[in-house]
Amino acid sequence: MPLRTEELLLNMGPQHPSTHGVLRLVLTLDGENITDVRPDIGYLHSSVEKMMEHRTYVQNVALTDRGMDYLIALNNEAAYCLAVEALAGVEVPERARYIRVIFQELNRIASHLVWLGTWGIDLGATTVFLWCFRERERVLDLFEQVTGGRLHHVYFRIGGVYADVPDGWTGACRDFLDYFLPRVDEYHQLLTQNPIFEARTRGVGVIGRREAAAMGASGPVARASGIAYDVRKAAPYEVYDRLEFDVPVQTSGDCLARYLVRLEEMRQSVRIIRQALKDLPAGEVRARVPVAMKPPRGEVYVRTESPRGTLGMYVVSDGGETPYRVKIRAPSFSNLYALTEMMRGWKIADIIAILGSIDIVLSDVDR
Amino acid sequence: MATGLPPAAGEARSEPQPRRTQIGPLAEVVEVLDSLPGGGLILTTVESALNWGRASSLWPLTFGLACCAIEMMAAFASRFDLDRLGVIPRATPRQADLMIVAGRCSIKMAPIVRRLWEQMPEPRYVISMGSCATCGGPFFYDNYSILKGVDQVVPVDVYVPGCPPRPEALIEGILKLQERIKKEPFLRRQAYAARDGQAGAR
Repeated sequence: MPLRTEELLLNMGPQHPSTHGVLRLVLTLDGENITDVRPDIGYLHSSVEKMMEHRTYVQNVALTDRGMDYLIALNNEAAYCLAVEALAGVEVPERARYIRVIFQELNRIASHLVWLGTWGIDLGATTVFLWCFRERERVLDLFEQVTGGRLHHVYFRIGGVYADVPDGWTGACRDFLDYFLPRVDEYHQLLTQNPIFEARTRGVGVIGRREAAAMGASGPVARASGIAYDVRKAAPYEVYDRLEFDVPVQTSGDCLARYLVRLEEMRQSVRIIRQALKDLPAGEVRARVPVAMKPPRGEVYVRTESPRGTLGMYVVSDGGETPYRVKIRAPSFSNLYALTEMMRGWKIADIIAILGSIDIVLSDVDR
Repeated sequence: MATGLPPAAGEARSEPQPRRTQIGPLAEVVEVLDSLPGGGLILTTVESALNWGRASSLWPLTFGLACCAIEMMAAFASRFDLDRLGVIPRATPRQADLMIVAGRCSIKMAPIVRRLWEQMPEPRYVISMGSCATCGGPFFYDNYSILKGVDQVVPVDVYVPGCPPRPEALIEGILKLQERIKKEPFLRRQAYAARDGQAGAR
């Protein structure tokens, strides 16, 4: 008699220590092999796009912190402010544009550190978590000295930033960069040469160049599959066109490649911040913008490079005090759907490594 | 009636069913001791020793909803190190006795939060961390998807304000909960709950 097998449906989440939030994955299993993955999202839907229609342009900056990806509050603020500035034709002072770049890159470092730490825990390396959060606290200290907040800053304003950085802050920032750069080498020592880590990531969760592009993947996920695309290079905003940096690209498209891309990105962020601190011009940090601003009728779409990928902000104005519509193109959402391609054919034990490697934040997916 | 079986259909429940408690057969001992002169003193001493143990090993469920979860992780990590208070995160509700609701809870997520709370063994405690979990916070107005306070689905013991609260604020919340646990008449509540067939310490 031939042996009959049947497929097993397995629920993972929404409460699971390794889903990095409230993601539910419906897995179809054949024995231990994954034949299909269906992400079930919406457990953190906060209707932030709808809320933005009820608040003025200036008030909405605070919502971008909380309602969107909460790990990269400053990058969200930047995307929103850039969109409204393009819509209303606001000219941002030079100093504010440099300060914005510095803060966005610091936030990129902080975000990648959280990703590395939590992924380390997923793969069984607890030390990485403790080390990454040690460095991250120092970034948050830098934020706190300027913005007063650790996670949610509401520091960027339409037309610049809220206030200038305090005296001595640039020195403290340089000290941090000097301290941080050797730490990236430590992470390499800790993980890259670790045989267990390598066995769990090399060649695991491969997504090819074509599939990644077809799924709309962006950011480190796309760059690890050989797509050399970075909005900071392709369509520079703020002052990224004046700063020198490389876009790290890997071609293997596996978990290890995504990890290497992000580690190199942290190094490049340090490079960008150093240049921006050196070139930081004097002057105003905020253009005069009325509190009850009314941008003219029209629509605008702005792309930025958030730590997770291309963060787009589409704002429609009907000439009133509140936006008519705000649509957020969230990088995590597109990257999540590349997951289906990555996971098919792998074993259950690889789910955690693959899911962690795409670095999604559920607040960004669900909005 | 004392068969331990549930009553058959149609059969009236003549007496309350005994309920399994944390202290098991000790319930009767506690009850006798409480009625004796001077027994209360012994009971209170034993209770405070037990409560010290319970308060010093609060195991929370690793259960992050939104932004506050990042601050919760920071509280467990290097600088703040909640482990020194005996707070060690557990990945499953069966091993946890504290639920830190960290972040906004959507209406879709609410039944799952409730189920997780129900899966936790008694006595269990809930900390509502951040203004979203406490009352909806910044998502109170013009919002169709966020629950206006997680106390609509689970009973909350300590509210930690902030958006998000700093790790120090969470630690303060845990210390407040520890103070509260240390004052609880744990044994007596369990014993009388066993006698009356009611829910014990929640």
